[in-house]
Parts: sequence; C-alpha cells; structure tokens
Amino acid sequence: MNMKKYALDLIVAAVETPREGYVLLRLTHDETLPEMLPGQFVEVQVRGSETTFLRRPISINYVDRVNNELWLLVHVVGEGTRAMASLKAGDTLNCVFPLGNGFTVPAGTGKKVLLVGGGVGTAPLLYHGETLRAAGHCPVFLLGGRTEADLMQLEHFRRYGEVLLTTEDGSVGTKGFVTHHPVWEEQQFDLVATCGPKPMMVAVARMAKAKGTECEVSLENLMACGLGACLCCVEKTHEGNVCVCKDGPVFNINQLTWQI
Amino acid sequence: MANLSVNIGAMSLKNPVMTASGTFGYGLEFADFIDLNELGGFIVKGTTLNPREGNDYPRMAETAGGMLNCVGLQNKGVDYFCEKIYPQLEGLDTNVLVNVSGSTPEDYAECAARIDALPGIPAIELNISCPNVKNGGMAFGVTCEGAAAVVKAVRQAYHKTLIVKLSPNVTNIADIARAVEAEGADSVSLINTLMGMSIDIERRRSRLSIGTGGLSGPCVKPVALRMVWQVAKAVNIPVVGLGGIMNATDAIEFLMAGATAIEIGTANFIDPAITVKVVRGINEWLDAHGCKDVHEIIGALEV
Ligand SMILES: Cc1cc2nc3c(=O)[nH]c(=O)nc-3n(C[C@H](O)[C@H](O)[C@H](O)COP(=O)(O)OP(=O)(O)OC[C@H]3O[C@@H](n4cnc5c(N)ncnc54)[C@H](O)[C@@H]3O)c2cc1C
Ligand SMILES: Cc1cc2nc3c(=O)[nH]c(=O)nc-3n(C[C@H](O)[C@H](O)[C@H](O)COP(=O)(O)O)c2cc1C
Ligand code: FES
Repeated sequence: MNMKKYALDLIVAAVETPREGYVLLRLTHDETLPEMLPGQFVEVQVRGSETTFLRRPISINYVDRVNNELWLLVHVVGEGTRAMASLKAGDTLNCVFPLGNGFTVPAGTGKKVLLVGGGVGTAPLLYHGETLRAAGHCPVFLLGGRTEADLMQLEHFRRYGEVLLTTEDGSVGTKGFVTHHPVWEEQQFDLVATCGPKPMMVAVARMAKAKGTECEVSLENLMACGLGACLCCVEKTHEGNVCVCKDGPVFNINQLTWQI
Repeated sequence: MANLSVNIGAMSLKNPVMTASGTFGYGLEFADFIDLNELGGFIVKGTTLNPREGNDYPRMAETAGGMLNCVGLQNKGVDYFCEKIYPQLEGLDTNVLVNVSGSTPEDYAECAARIDALPGIPAIELNISCPNVKNGGMAFGVTCEGAAAVVKAVRQAYHKTLIVKLSPNVTNIADIARAVEAEGADSVSLINTLMGMSIDIERRRSRLSIGTGGLSGPCVKPVALRMVWQVAKAVNIPVVGLGGIMNATDAIEFLMAGATAIEIGTANFIDPAITVKVVRGINEWLDAHGCKDVHEIIGALEV
C-alpha cells in the first residue's frame, strides 16, 4: 500500500494522562487529516534536546474523524517521550505520517478477530478495532498488563467489541499472561493480531499457531528515518532483511524467522 | 535569484545541493515531501556487484547531536538497480548518482562498468570509506596505495564523472585526496562517517551488532568542515562537502571552506524536506548579500 505521506505541524488539542507514566496526545490540524490505516505510525519530532535528535516512532492510537483528531498514546520511558508528555494544548508537534503498512482488515464481513495487546502495545489496537467493527467484523480485545494500572482506554475499546483482561498480579481480569486467558480454549478466531513486548508476541504467535489461526505481529525495531531510506530498522524474514518501517511494522508471523 | 549552477567533472548541477548515499534511499522515498527535480542531484544507496544482506540488527544508536549506524551496505546488487530502480529514475530532471562499493578493485570496476552503460547516470561516487564492512570499504580508503588501486581499476572501466568518497578515519586526508586525484578522479567527496561506539551499560554490550558504527549528524560537522578545507587546498579537482549539514548556514560554511557542492545526509531523517529548504536558503543568502553567483562564495574563506 503506497499512501501519500505528509510532514505536518499538528496542533495539540488536548493532553490527557490516562495513567501515571502515560500520556494521550490528541492532535488536530486546520485541514482534514489525511487517510490513515490501523497499525500505521507517526514519526514525531521532539525539539529542544540534543539527545532526542531523531524522530520518535509512535503508533496511531485512534483517528477521531468527527473532531478531526489523531491520538497518540505514549508511554514515558526516556527523554523524548518525557518531552511529549510536557506538551500543552496549543503547542505544535511536527509529525511525518502515515508510515508503514498496517494490520490486515479481512475481506468480507463477520470475521472474528482477536486483538491481543500488552502494555502500550494496546495503542494501535483501538483504531484497528474500530476499523474492523466498521467493516462488519467482530473484534475481541484481549489486553494484558502487569497490574490494573497498566490497562487503559477500556471504555473506548468496549465500543467496538468484547474486552477481556489479564494482569500478572491478578488485580483485574484473569491472573497471568494474555496466553493464560480461557478465551483461547473457549472461542475460535479467524485471525489474531498482536502488539506488545516481543516475548508476549512470541507467546501469542505460538498459541495462534497451536490453534491453526493466522497471526499478525506489530514490531517496534529502532528506527532512524521511518521512510525505508536508511535500512536501520531491519528484521530478518524468509526473504532476507526487510525494513520494519516500510514493509512493516505489521508482519504475518509466517514471514518472520522467529522460533515459534 | 543568483546563479546557483556548478560543475563537477563533466556533470552540471542546477544547484550545489545533493543528498548523501545511504540516507536518501533511491530518492523515491522522499517524493511525497519534495520535488526531486529541485535538487542539484541525489546519490542513491551504496550498490555492490552482488547482493548483500548487510549486518545484523541493531544497526543504529542515537548519540548527542547525531547517530551511529552499522547498516553494512545492504543492497540487492547492481543488476537489481539497473533493471528495477533505474527505469523509475530515468525521467527525472536532476542528476542521479550511484554510490559504488566493493571488496576488491575488480568488483568495484565491474560494478562501475555496469553503471557506465546507463545513459541517465552522469556520475558515480566511489565509496572507499565505509567503516561497517569487513573486506573492502574503508580498508581501501585509509591508505594512499589502497585508494589509488581502486581508483585506477575503476578509471579504466568507467568513463563518466568519477567522484571518490573519502574516509575521515585517517591521519592525513589530504594525502589520500592527492593519491586519488593522481589516478584520475574527477572529484572527491568527504566525509564519510567517523568510526564510533555506544555502550548500553546495563547490558554491558555495544548498542550496535558489530560493536562499532559510523557517526553522522551535526556532531561531526566541525571535523568535516576542517577536512574539506584541508582537502580543497590540497587538490585541483572540485570537492563535494558533507558531514552534519542541517541547514543553509551549514551548507554555506562548507562552500566557503572550498566545497563546490554539498550533500545532505542524516538531516533528511529529521526533516524529509530539508534539501529543498537548503537550496532556497542558499539562494536567499546570496541575494541578501548581493552575490550574483554561488561561485563568489566557493572557497571564499578568509584566513
Ligand atoms: C512502529 C513503532 C510504534 C511505536 N508505538 C509506540 C506507541 O504507540 N506508544 C509508545 O509509547 N511507544 C511506541 N513505540 C516505542 C517508542 O518509539 C519509544 O519508546 C521511544 O522512541 C522512546 O524514546 P525516548 O526518547 O523517550 O526514550 P530513549 O531515551 O530513546 O530510550 C529509553 C528506553 O526506551 C527504549 N526504546 C527506545 N526506542 C525504542 C523503540 N523503538 N522500541 C522499544 N523501545 C525503545 C530504549 O531502549 C530505552 O531503554 C513505538 C515504536 C515503533 C518502532
Ligand atoms: C544510515 C546511514 C547509511 C549510510 N550508508 C552509506 C553508504 O551506503 N555509502 C556511503 O558512501 N555513505 C553512507 N553513509 C554515510 C553518509 O553518506 C554521509 O557520508 C555521512 O552520514 C555524513 O553526512 P551527514 O552527517 O550529513 O549524515 C551512510 C550514513 C548513514 C547515517
Ligand atoms: S528506519 Fe530507516 S529504513 Fe526503517
């Protein structure tokens, strides 16, 4: 999919703190925001620090067409994401987007798709869930965290499908990892899509394989350009090294050389 | 509007702004952001005779004011370029250059010969300075004999404008420049990346798969500028300057230090439209200072 890419100064419409250590940036623009696909991402320019020289890749969390907003859900882990968290309404943020390929929206209608997210990896699944629902499919969200405080935007997810939770400490939902949830035994899915820490995605891919279900994973390799120009972000596939920023970030697990 | 056109060997450029190999893909990746025809030229990614997979991931680490990379010349080989990429670039109204690399002088020459056959490619840039591959690459660029051997072999096989890209990882870059000039290079470009390292102290490991990488970005600019100045004084062929250029002011510094043209690399990652902004910025500066021609500032440094 070759969609036109833009470099735009977006305006911060609102900054929310859904949980301690996370920030939701709601960005807008004078003109209608361009077309974007679920699973695609934005390269955000962080100004004002020599150690945040390169742009930061952040997934498209949600596109609110009514209010012309693009949402980014950011986990504050370092200087760049901290700078994003200190933005105020009215500030501008230069964004290059939409980048990457995006998740598969199956043909036809009525397909059951399990969307499995861990930590801030839940971010792209919200927009994906909305898109699947709008296309007449039935998304089910399986979201995992260490503890209840890691799970966010649940009310938004519930608009598009059933929401199942797991926490490692059992503070909410099933105790354990996402792969421990009974839904894997109770229901059959046409497709699984997952985003989160690599060990989680490996476990999810194994589970999907055991059930004979196709599985898509969304990778977060370190990036420099985000445009397929520098070849820094490569992942090994059966066809050799490919760019996660351009040929991904979403891959069918069968393309990758992961041991599952 | 000042006259911005410059010549490098037999190639004429509508302005002195090109892009640095390995940072601009095949140019097409940037076509949504700029009109490629507004550039003096662009240099596509490092190309070798045979396909190369490059180094393992991770290949990149951010540093203060720059980045390290150890991509290691991943490319699908010269025939892929000729058959699949060249037809997409042929119609452009700008100079498209290929950056050529290899492991032996013969490889370099064979790769260059295949590009010689493409009428739409007016020049090549010979990369004898890649710090990220074991055989060849920088090994040739760090001695006068090695550099001369590659240029000699390529000069016999390649008949258009030959630019040789120099490594900064040497004791005296002017000596290397003179050695390649003597073998018939039409121009030298500099600098390639400076070899560097970055360590993740928690893991006690390098952040790069092969341990070291090449440093680029604004942090290298003072070194690059000094080297361009030294080389421009040492040779009679035109010099192409690069290393950390982020804006028109930086570009004008390189021109004043003696560069006839410049290349923009890492800055493309920060602003994909930076190249055309630099073209405009140079033009505005010349107008504001009453210069009618960019040549009025090339080598204009007063010491
Ligand atoms: C396609 C893609 C989509 C992403 N989507 C989101 C998102 O929606 N929300 C979000 O919060 N983060 C997302 N990330 C991760 C995000 O880009 C990094 O967390 C961010 O760049 C860190 O910047 P920093 O300056 O705050 O931290 P740094 O100081 O650069 O690093 C702090 C820590 O974060 C780790 N880190 C840095 N870059 C990455 C990376 N690319 N992936 C994983 N860990 C990293 C470093 O190893 C280090 O331990 C995404 C990454 C990619 C490649
Ligand atoms: C990711 C990356 C890949 C590169 N690949 C090549 C290459 O294939 N051939 C080459 O001659 N130089 C390569 N370079 C070096 C650049 O062309 C340039 O010499 C260097 O980055 C300094 O310029 P800059 O500071 O403007 O980026 C690469 C640089 C980067 C950052
Ligand atoms: S980040 Fe440059 S190619 Fe993917």
